[in-house]
Amino acid sequence: MRIICTPIKDDDVLSLHVGDIVYLKGKIVTARDAAHRRALEYIKSGKKLPLDLRGMVIMHAGPVAMRRNGQWEIVAIGPTSSYRMEPYEGEFIKATGIKMIIGKGMMGNKTTKACSKYKAIYAIYPGGAAAIAKKNIVRVIDVKWLDLGIPEAMWILEVNNFGPLIVMIDAYGRNYYNEIMKHIMKHTNRIINKVDKEINL
Amino acid sequence: MYPSIESIEKALIKAIETAVVELPSDVREYLEKAYHKEEGLAKAILKSILDNVKVASEERTPLCQDTGLLSYYVRVGTKFPYIDHIYEILRNATIRATKEIPLRPNAVNVVNNVNSGDNTGYYVPIIDIELIPNSRSLEVIVMPKGGGSESPSISKVLTPAQGIKEAMRIVIKQIAMYAINSCPPIVVGIGIGGTFDCASQLARKALLRRLGRRSSIKEIAELEVTMLNLINELGIGVQGVGGRVTALDVHIEIAHRHPATLAMALCVSCWALRRAIMKVNEDGEIKISSYSGDTI
Repeated sequence: MRIICTPIKDDDVLSLHVGDIVYLKGKIVTARDAAHRRALEYIKSGKKLPLDLRGMVIMHAGPVAMRRNGQWEIVAIGPTSSYRMEPYEGEFIKATGIKMIIGKGMMGNKTTKACSKYKAIYAIYPGGAAAIAKKNIVRVIDVKWLDLGIPEAMWILEVNNFGPLIVMIDAYGRNYYNEIMKHIMKHTNRIINKVDKEINL
Repeated sequence: MYPSIESIEKALIKAIETAVVELPSDVREYLEKAYHKEEGLAKAILKSILDNVKVASEERTPLCQDTGLLSYYVRVGTKFPYIDHIYEILRNATIRATKEIPLRPNAVNVVNNVNSGDNTGYYVPIIDIELIPNSRSLEVIVMPKGGGSESPSISKVLTPAQGIKEAMRIVIKQIAMYAINSCPPIVVGIGIGGTFDCASQLARKALLRRLGRRSSIKEIAELEVTMLNLINELGIGVQGVGGRVTALDVHIEIAHRHPATLAMALCVSCWALRRAIMKVNEDGEIKISSYSGDTI
C-alpha cells in the first residue's frame, strides 16, 4: 500500500503514473462548483484566497456535515462528478499550485495539459463510497466560505489512509479515461450493429 | 390500536434511513458476483465498494453522500384511515428525515438556484400513488436516487417503423457516452410504449424490480438478457476503469403504444441502487425493511 503525505512534492507527483493506486495522509480541502467559481474570481481580481493551497490536495466533494457540541463533524463524504469542474481546473491548478485533485469520472484536455505543465495529478476515489471515506477522516480542521452552503463550502480535513485513489491523469500527459473512452467508442458501433442481428422485435 | 399519524411518520423516517444506510440484498449480491468476475483496478474498486456497504450498515451512516432526490412509490388503500393526510405525511417525513438522519439537502429552485434546505420544493419529493380498492393498508417504497447517475437517462418518442431496435441503439449509445460518470456498475431501467412520460415512469419503476428477476413477458425477458450482454461488451467497467461488468442488470417494462408512436425511455441507476419499504398492514401493524423487490 503506497501512502503519500501532504504537502505533496513534485518528486511524488512524478513518481506516479496512470493506473497507480495510492492512499493519502495529511490534509485535503474540498472544493466543488461554487468554490471553484469564487476562487477564480478572487484570483482574477487579485484577492487573496482564505488558505494557501500550494502542494495541497483538493477533492471534488460536497459532504453532509453537522455541528455536534460546537464541533463540525462529517456525516458522509464522497466524490462528485468531476467533469463539472473541467472549465475551471486548468486555471485553478496554475494559480494555486495544488498537486492533486481527487474526484470521480472524466476530466478533459484543459486539466490534462495543466497537470503536465504544472506537475499535478488527477485521481479518482470510488464513487459513492462515503462511509469508508468518512472513517478515514481524522477531524475537521476548519471550514471556509460556509456562506456557499454546506456542500459547496471548502472543508479542510485531516485524513489518514484515504483511498484507494486511482491515478487517471498523470504529469506525463496521459489521461487514462481518454484512452478507455477511445476504446469504448471504437467498439460502440460494432455493438450497435449487433442490435440488428441479435434482436428480433 | 391503529397507529397514529405521528407513528406512521416516524416509521417512514426510519424507512428513509434504512434506504440510505443499507444496500438491498439483491444489489449487494450482484456486486459480490461482479467482484469475483473482475480483476486489477476494477476488483480493487469493487473491494472498496463492498467494504463501504458493510461499514455503512454497521455504523448506520449513509453509504453515499448523495442521498438523492427522494422518490416515494405509494400503494395506499382507499380505506386507509389517514388517506386525506397522505401528502402531508410524506412531506413531513422528508423534512424531518433531512434534519434527523441527516440527509444532504438536494432540492434546488431552478429559477434562483436556492437550495430549499429540507429536500422539499415544487413537485419534490417525487410521489407516485396507486390506489388499492377496499383496503386499509399503506405501502411506501423509498428510492433515494443520486444525481450523478441521471446523466445517461433519456426519453424519446420514435416512430413505430424505427422500432424497438432503434430504442435499443439509443440505450447503448447513451450508456457508451455517459455511463463513465454514473458510478458504474449501473442498473439499467428501460420503458417502452405509452406516452413519453409513461415510458419514463416505467423506466424508473423498472429499477424497483429485484436484480436477476426477468420480465414475465417471454420476448421482453430475452431482450433484457441480450441487452445486458451488449452493454457489458462495451467494457466500461467499474467506475469506468474498464472491465467485464458495466451493468448489473437490465429491466424493461412495457405499455401499449399509440398506433403512431413508439415512446422509449432510459433511466440509469449507479451501483448504489437504494430502496426501502414501510408498510402499514390492514390491522395497523407497521413493518420497515430494506427492499429487494418483494413486498413484506
